[in-house]
Amino acid sequence: MGLAKRIIPCLDVIGNTTVKGVNFSGMVPLGSPVEMATLYCRQGADELVFLDIEASVKNTGTIFKVIEEVAGVVDVPFTVGGGISEIGHVEKLMESGADKISLNSAALLRPSLISDIARRFGSQCVVVAVDYMLLNGTPMVMSHGGKKKTDRKLIQWVKEIIDSGAGEILLTAIDRDGTGAGFDIENVSRISGLAGIPVIASGGAGSPVDFLDVFTRGNADAALAAGIFHRNELKISELKEFLKDNNLEIRL
Amino acid sequence: MKVCLVKYPAGNVKSVEIALKRLGITPVLTSDPDTLNKADKLILPGVGHAGELSRFLEAENLAELIRGFKNPVLGICLGMQIMCSASEEGNARGLGIVDGNVLKFKGELKVPQIGWNRIYNLKGPLFKNVTESAYVYYVNSFYLPVVNCTSGFSHYGTEFSAAVERDNFFGVQFHPEKSGPEGYRIITNFLSL
Repeated sequence: MGLAKRIIPCLDVIGNTTVKGVNFSGMVPLGSPVEMATLYCRQGADELVFLDIEASVKNTGTIFKVIEEVAGVVDVPFTVGGGISEIGHVEKLMESGADKISLNSAALLRPSLISDIARRFGSQCVVVAVDYMLLNGTPMVMSHGGKKKTDRKLIQWVKEIIDSGAGEILLTAIDRDGTGAGFDIENVSRISGLAGIPVIASGGAGSPVDFLDVFTRGNADAALAAGIFHRNELKISELKEFLKDNNLEIRL
Repeated sequence: MKVCLVKYPAGNVKSVEIALKRLGITPVLTSDPDTLNKADKLILPGVGHAGELSRFLEAENLAELIRGFKNPVLGICLGMQIMCSASEEGNARGLGIVDGNVLKFKGELKVPQIGWNRIYNLKGPLFKNVTESAYVYYVNSFYLPVVNCTSGFSHYGTEFSAAVERDNFFGVQFHPEKSGPEGYRIITNFLSL
């Protein structure tokens, strides 16, 4: 008896449009975030992640209205990320209806941001997103939407994140993103074994079996995917039926 | 119907506000005693720290007001915990409406509990038409053990109170505003009390 495994659709948003790329580039427009959020909630999404993917580059800040609209149709937890680099951003996002925020590049530049936000708003609202790539066989952390290399090793950074008081880790294998080649089970499993906090696996979902694997072999608490849901290759409701039939704890 | 959300620092009430609006209710967000006293329904939303909330309620003379409130009151998460006798979080003194002490989760558990868990043995008007063993969304590091006033329980390392009920006072440890359609049913049930 335990918590249900969570299925989390992710909306990568530019302006007022959901987009999707491969390996974090070549973005194709897919539709309205509000409509997609409504649909996914109806299909049984356990949570929704909204990533304002250009904000870490542009710092526009005009996204709050869209976030508020999406928050208005979501009846499950709602996480927002993209360009968050100070407490003030978190305040504005919470005020716009976000339940959790997802940090990435700014946390790499200033790890104390994690503990600052956790102290102020509670650990439960701080998700730290970690994007990584295999470089010479070693998983290395990338920043700025996968565009910049860092000198941090995945495991070392994850340990630091946990110690800083993060509530959850969103782990994305850039090599797998948009490929449908399956989750990076090996690294998800290593991180899940390490973390006393929930691990959300992301990158590579291509079939229901991939989700089953990441939960049973990877030990993930949640799995996040975008393209496979956006392109309607797999309905969240069907996926959850499949996982339930395979004896996982699933909210139907 | 006038629904008041008790406003306190560091409490994120936005999601509760959004849920009520979707149900056609525009809540009043306030810590003003006169306004709160005239409410048909009172909601104590809850994200924050028990010690700080306790001190705030005492300082603003709201503790007595809530204890003496005659219309239905719903405490959510920390809002439920503060209704209890005391909490381990910051050694907080609670409102003493529900007899029981709030404890921290211990052992080989991921803490906070973040995610969907099942609720069992559901009793009372709050759970009318709510499915037994439904999943609801939890975010908590502290819990109330099963006590006399428990009206539903969940299991996370140990059995704990998912919900409590005493007279006109109701509390839920989970977040009904984030628990999908079943959660909305619970809020609707509270509003129709």
